[in-house]
Amino acid sequence: MQTLKLVAVSAGLSRPSSTRLLADRLAKATEERLTERGRPVEVQVVELRDLAVDIAKHLVSGFPSPALGSAIDAVTRADGVIAVTPVFTASYSGLFKSFFDLIDPDALSGSPVLLAATGGTARHSLALDHALRPLFAYLRALIVPTAVYAASEDWGSGGDEWTAGLPSRIDRAGTELADLMAGRQPEAPAQDVDEDVDTDADEVVPFERQLADLRLD
Amino acid sequence: MQFGIFTVGDVTTDPTTGRTPTEHERIKNTVAIALKAEEVGLDVFATGEHHNPPFVPSSPTTLLGHIAARTENLILSTSTTLITTNDPVKIAEDYATLQHLADGRIDLMTGRGNTGPVYPWFGQDIRQGIPLAIENYALLHRLWREDVVDWEGRFRTALQGFTSTPRPLDGVPPFVWHGSIRSPEIAEQAAYYGDGFFANHIFWPKQHTEKMVRLYRQRYAHYGHGTAEQAIVGLGGQVFMRKNSQDAVREFRPYFDNAPVYGHGPSLEEFTEQTPLTVGSPQQVIDRTLSFREYVGDYQRQLFLVDHAGLPLKTVLEQLDILGEEVVPVLRKEFANLRPAGVPATAPLHPAVRAQEA
Repeated sequence: MQTLKLVAVSAGLSRPSSTRLLADRLAKATEERLTERGRPVEVQVVELRDLAVDIAKHLVSGFPSPALGSAIDAVTRADGVIAVTPVFTASYSGLFKSFFDLIDPDALSGSPVLLAATGGTARHSLALDHALRPLFAYLRALIVPTAVYAASEDWGSGGDEWTAGLPSRIDRAGTELADLMAGRQPEAPAQDVDEDVDTDADEVVPFERQLADLRLD
Repeated sequence: MQFGIFTVGDVTTDPTTGRTPTEHERIKNTVAIALKAEEVGLDVFATGEHHNPPFVPSSPTTLLGHIAARTENLILSTSTTLITTNDPVKIAEDYATLQHLADGRIDLMTGRGNTGPVYPWFGQDIRQGIPLAIENYALLHRLWREDVVDWEGRFRTALQGFTSTPRPLDGVPPFVWHGSIRSPEIAEQAAYYGDGFFANHIFWPKQHTEKMVRLYRQRYAHYGHGTAEQAIVGLGGQVFMRKNSQDAVREFRPYFDNAPVYGHGPSLEEFTEQTPLTVGSPQQVIDRTLSFREYVGDYQRQLFLVDHAGLPLKTVLEQLDILGEEVVPVLRKEFANLRPAGVPATAPLHPAVRAQEA
């Protein structure tokens, strides 16, 4: 059975960062559920902090540095994505948004994506639904029903009578993502640009067709 | 092989002096640059077309007509002619007139343009960019080949019994290149007609160019115009040279850092590594330019961008001297030695130009 690829994107800025911690916990939960189902998975974490300058340069120049190019490829080709941002000024961070601005708008179409955010207070938890969900709905991603918000206090408390604690929310979200990923056939390994001579011609609409299309209406 | 320069026509402040040329100066300087290109033995001068500040070349055939009158051998071209927002009837008329005035020394490169508001200014919709390019060129192609044209399309008024005048010089339409960065539709269009394909090449990593040229060559062969190796390919390039490469880097850096397209982004070092920009000695430019054929094959036209980002006229003219004296003669010889028999050395020339060369 081919190995699934899971990519966690963390937009945390500090080191260590609770955003990265949450990304790692979610990745681990997903990996465990997939392993239980007998699906091997390879986990890669993309730290946007390391790519911050490259992201800004790409916005200006229109093409990625090699390091940013591989991060974009990894997200684009993943069988599942975990996207985690700190909440800044009532929304995802600018760095998080800038990275996803550089992803082709069709690249995540139909891909399972788990959304998560961190913040100093639970009062911002709806940023997941007000900001992150619309962004990934636009990208036509398959958004996992449970999104996970971790406020500072969540790292040191259990659940209460209304809400499950952070560990069980992580587990539920990871299970949901694993279920979606397990149903997918891993994509064939991407061909190297140098080898896809024949696919080039397949991509193009023959010119007679392009001309004919103009005459249709 | 043809070597030349292409200009964007930007009016940009010289970051080292803070001085901005007037539009009048920029236009006159452009003419001086074209005349210099002929003087130092380059083959081609091409101008961009833009309809918004800070650019001056909104009327390419006026500029090229003037240059035609003051040159003998230079081929005049465009980079690019907006096939999307210009009326193809007017393109047919303007460039046929220019072709007569220049005794055949012209060709043109069609492009879509990338400035959103230009489309509505000329009554078009940018979302229709590709269909406009395809339909408008289909009409232009017929206007130059058929004396009387009946036409009905999506984007312009129908034509019944229309004759575009003047007819092309000696009945030979100007050669057309199709310029693109990463639209396979345009490579396909160029291949379908057996026209040239010009890859902008200069602002992005080579992979875009490599892929588009390969597609164009395959499809050129598919449509039966010749073998893939015989397809007509042109490339952009961007250079700044001094005898000593450290001097070139030092002098060009402030222009690079403040350049309109890529300034305030990647460093000069990153950009030279990832794109065809070469800043250094003439020998470095020769080596880099020769390396282009390793990923696009043997090609027919190389145009360099040398006059942008606020570089003063004097510097640009010095660059042309270096190109003409030290770089292009070597490149001509090297490319000719490497080119297999059967692969054309240039894009098709008008018979009047061939006769003059003979």
